[in-house]
Amino acid sequence: MHPRDFIRLTGSSIIMHRLRSFLTSLGIAIGIAAVVLLTSIGEGIHQFVLAEFSQFGTNIVAINPGRVTTHGVAVGVFGTDRPLSMADADALAHIPHVRAVVPVVQGNSEVDGNNRQRRATVYGVGPDMPTAFSLTVAAGTFLPLDNPDAPRALAVLGSKVRDELFGSSNPLGSRIRVGGDRYRVIGTMESKGQVLGVDLDDSVFIPTARALDMFNREGLMEIDVLYREGASASEVVAGIKRVLTARHGKEDFTITTQEQMLDVLGNVLDILTFAVGALGSISLLVGSVGIVTIMTISVTERTGEIGLLRALGSSRQQILKLFLGEAVILGALGGIAGLVLGVGGAQMLTLAVPALPVHTPVSYVVFAVILAVVIGLIAGVMPARRAATMDPVEALRAE
Amino acid sequence: MIRLEEIDRVFEVGDQRVQALNDINLHVEPGEYLSIMGPSGSGKSTLLNVIGLLDRPTSGRYFLSGNDVTSLSEDALARTRRADIGFVFQFFHLVPRLTAAENIELPLMLEGIAPAERKPRVDEVLDALDIRDRAHHRPDQLSGGQRQRVAIARATIMKPAILLADEPTGNLDQASGKEVIDTLERLNASGITLLIVTHDQQLGDRARRYVKMVDGRIVTDQTRG
Ligand SMILES: Nc1ncnc2c1ncn2[C@@H]1O[C@H](COP(=O)(O)OP(=O)(O)OP(=O)(O)O)[C@@H](O)[C@H]1O
Ligand SMILES: [Mg+2]
Repeated sequence: MHPRDFIRLTGSSIIMHRLRSFLTSLGIAIGIAAVVLLTSIGEGIHQFVLAEFSQFGTNIVAINPGRVTTHGVAVGVFGTDRPLSMADADALAHIPHVRAVVPVVQGNSEVDGNNRQRRATVYGVGPDMPTAFSLTVAAGTFLPLDNPDAPRALAVLGSKVRDELFGSSNPLGSRIRVGGDRYRVIGTMESKGQVLGVDLDDSVFIPTARALDMFNREGLMEIDVLYREGASASEVVAGIKRVLTARHGKEDFTITTQEQMLDVLGNVLDILTFAVGALGSISLLVGSVGIVTIMTISVTERTGEIGLLRALGSSRQQILKLFLGEAVILGALGGIAGLVLGVGGAQMLTLAVPALPVHTPVSYVVFAVILAVVIGLIAGVMPARRAATMDPVEALRAE
Repeated sequence: MIRLEEIDRVFEVGDQRVQALNDINLHVEPGEYLSIMGPSGSGKSTLLNVIGLLDRPTSGRYFLSGNDVTSLSEDALARTRRADIGFVFQFFHLVPRLTAAENIELPLMLEGIAPAERKPRVDEVLDALDIRDRAHHRPDQLSGGQRQRVAIARATIMKPAILLADEPTGNLDQASGKEVIDTLERLNASGITLLIVTHDQQLGDRARRYVKMVDGRIVTDQTRG
């Protein structure tokens, strides 16, 4: 049969029962829309998180004091763990592939300057901080390479702290007080915005040793190690482990690579996406039952027509294809409508809640339509077979 | 053309046997005009269905144009129906959602003939049956007589050798019944083999050859001069 005739014969039946076809396709449409919309949100969040992570650069390994066996916060359970020291950080710099080491201490403190006050996050960091975390200096310089144990009282301001304290005047060279101690401002940072909920703009950066003193801490909170692009993370991790274990006498620290963090996040999101997909599949199943029902009714109603077609010399196969085709069209129409609903819904959601990242990959779109077609095909098999195996004489007498 | 030898057709319903055709022997030459009459349930439709290859006899042999068609496959039967046999039914059997022209085209569609090639052939039968101005109407917009003429156009578009009509006027008034019969007889005059089942004695008497059935048997088979 000519494709155009095939479409005319199947299409005309669908058009004749407009409302019925619409409702049947709607079942599939809702399922497809749900799958597309929900997976779009899942995928959007996935991409969002990935982008956030890569803002820091992905070649970072974090070392925290204390030992944990599963992913989570490191806690020094037995109190015998040695703290991470500045000397530990120094030692790590000599490991192969390591580009930069940043010893980190973080806390909150009052910052006074230019007769104004602000409570801000204080980061005690090393001079390699901007390299490791892809930060850019806006004016002046970042903290210089200094005597790590007795560094000068220099500070660099995050963009928000600068704006709040100094407005449009130039802060470079001015004196500020951080936690009661006097510091000289030598640089300001470009705005980075919020990254993974951390606002690096509302921060003041001071040398690590001074932050240790200020917060009265025994050891570092974290050492971040930046390694060369292309180097193997596991090799770097092994190096860190070897050096620190030698220094501490045991493995009393936790190493987290970005890859591990991404893996965990990826797994969680995959499970979410899968659950959502499963939910959508249930509505698709319901939709396919709708197609089976309507096609069965259609075959019964058109018994006379089936008999006629057989009398006119159509083969059983042609009858089978005609009814299968109709089921497939119902499925495909539902799929396309669902796609429009799903993608449209995703767009609306983006407009309504700009913070919620939504992303619909093309592969999902293609998959959704194929899925709808396959559902139509499978749902059509039983009714179409019934039509094809009808006895023509019986069928002709039915009217 | 058509040659039936000792044809039986038995229906089994539960443990009841209905012998719809009982030892039918019939020989029809090309171009003949046959009317088949008989009381209700005498097996007329069953005979037509067997001749039209819609139904298989329980036993006996059927030769169509010299070929034994009793043992043909489903697909071969379908092909033969498409090419050699036209059906006209009491209830027209038009597809309601297609226009008259599309209904007429159905056999060409099934045959896989391209739309462009079909147009002249459809136009030809539309003209022959005087329904050209109705080509784009749907069946429910046509009168009974027009519907039956569309059905005849559809049955003849493949230029079959045999036209089988099962009570073609059974659902029509006198005037349109007459038109339909005129049409069928004109087709017969131009060479088609015509078999008409009817309850109308007047109509039955018009055919050159008259067959009467009772209880699945042919009881009368006469050709008039
Ligand atoms: N599918 C079937 N199953 C059982 N019996 C059948 C079947 N088809 C026909 N018959 C029986 O076969 C016999 C002949 O039926 P057929 O339809 O050929 O009669 P007919 O001469 O065409 O009658 P009418 O003039 O009423 O159309 C009837 O007794 C009928 O009940
Ligand atoms: Mg009958």
